[in-house]
Amino acid sequence: MQLYLPIAEVSVNIFLILGLGGLVGVLSGMFGVGGGFLITPLLFLAGIPPAVAVATSTNQIVASSFSALLGHLRRRTVDMAMGAVLLAGGLVGSGLGIVLFNWLKARGQVDLLVELSYVVFLGTVGAMMFVESVNALVKSRRPGARPKRRKHYWVHALPLKMKFRVSGLYISAIPPLLVGLSVGVLAAIMGVGGGFVMVPAMIYLLGMPTKVVIGTSLFQIIFVTAFTTMLHAVTNQTVDIALALLLIAGGVIGAQLGTRIGARMKAEQLRILLALLVLAVCGQLALGLVLEPSELYEIEAGAPA
Amino acid sequence: MIRLALVLLALALPARAEEIVLGLSRDEVAITATFDGSDILIFGAVRREAPPPAEAGPLQVIVTVSGPHAPAIVRRKERRAGIWINTDAFEVDAAPSFYAVATTAPMNEVLSATEDLRHGVSTPRAIRAVGNLIPGAGTYVSALVRIREEAGVYRLQEGAVDLEQETLFRTALSLPANLVEGNYTTRILLTRGGAVVDSYETVIGVQKVGIERWLYNFAQERAALYGLMSLAIAIAAGWGASVAFAGWRR
Repeated sequence: MQLYLPIAEVSVNIFLILGLGGLVGVLSGMFGVGGGFLITPLLFLAGIPPAVAVATSTNQIVASSFSALLGHLRRRTVDMAMGAVLLAGGLVGSGLGIVLFNWLKARGQVDLLVELSYVVFLGTVGAMMFVESVNALVKSRRPGARPKRRKHYWVHALPLKMKFRVSGLYISAIPPLLVGLSVGVLAAIMGVGGGFVMVPAMIYLLGMPTKVVIGTSLFQIIFVTAFTTMLHAVTNQTVDIALALLLIAGGVIGAQLGTRIGARMKAEQLRILLALLVLAVCGQLALGLVLEPSELYEIEAGAPA
Repeated sequence: MIRLALVLLALALPARAEEIVLGLSRDEVAITATFDGSDILIFGAVRREAPPPAEAGPLQVIVTVSGPHAPAIVRRKERRAGIWINTDAFEVDAAPSFYAVATTAPMNEVLSATEDLRHGVSTPRAIRAVGNLIPGAGTYVSALVRIREEAGVYRLQEGAVDLEQETLFRTALSLPANLVEGNYTTRILLTRGGAVVDSYETVIGVQKVGIERWLYNFAQERAALYGLMSLAIAIAAGWGASVAFAGWRR
């Protein structure tokens, strides 16, 4: 069944888009990632113009993240205090990121920068998570092994200490602010919610428990992507509501399933899966940069004359 | 003096021996929610005052349909330090979003190169690029044509026009699903021996209608409200799904 999208100006298969939305929704619910780094390339493949794909996927992420967040709120796995601190940093960061993005765009090569930062960040984050979670899984299987005591990172020595009750942390507000800020910058440059950077940063830099991390990440993602959606709608008019509705319909159902699956799995298993997923996307992008493309030319259509 | 002017005028506007009378199966295409392409039948007849000249070669018909023109930037990738990056770019002043050429016979038999240049018939000639004088610009234009031909929006259909008894002609054109709004200029050219005998131009209007039109205008004219509506729908859908699933679980 075909549907003509009013803003994207292409005709798409309804079930294909529903399926894409559902797939990304499952991942969103399981891992607390918005899925922007997956849905956008998938929409390119489905023939949606890049500008519309980027803008519309942020709107879809709002819906699937909200659906997943409600699931986490019911289980009380959202640290609102931490989320608010991260968000404060994140909004400042995305503002800075947009300025940086436009500065780079004026100098060309913005595509290359986006792809390179994807490869570098996905590669590092994925590899770190994979090694760490495999180690954790091996240790937990070994009988008689004592649980390791919570490490004291350098971040614990900073001033402005705050109590994050849900995470069971009493740390300075400065590290979460900085994490939020840098994720905000990345999010604006790479056009994603930033969950795939945020989740590992919360686990490894802030020392938050994995179960709380996902809900808290979702909480922050909703606000960042809502902000980006508005920005795209107002400046470029590239949010396609018909496309978004199809993605949302698939996505909200997927997110609910994903939350259920996530709740039944071990934290280490979840992290290994997310690490593998991140590495796969990274590998795909790296290949695209290194292999000779079949078409050396590309067209960037301008505004209608 | 007046007599000379009349003679010059008569020379400048020779009486056309053969003229086109055109019909279109439709001169409007409405893009609805379920739009997935459209077929248009272009047909017509050749009216002549005198019998066709025998020595000028057989009559041929060319039909072109062109979408709205827009500028485009063509970028070329090169390998630098092991990775493929955009190095050079070329700006095409105006390239049609859609371009189809249908003829009665192979292009080189139907139209001479000079006539093609004058009337801008074949696809590369239909693209306006002032910077064509820059060395190597041709490769960018041919890359543009190649990419759009692969995407199915530029087409050359040689032999797709039926011509009967040098009088009645018709061709069917299928417009793709990824159609851009605008006026689609339709041209019919009659040629003999590679030279254009007569040409005729008309417009097919392509427009979004109904909900497609409404949403598009909404997004363009009230962008902030449209953005808020999109967010409201997203939040409502997320909440609805969560409630529905919570209920289903119990």
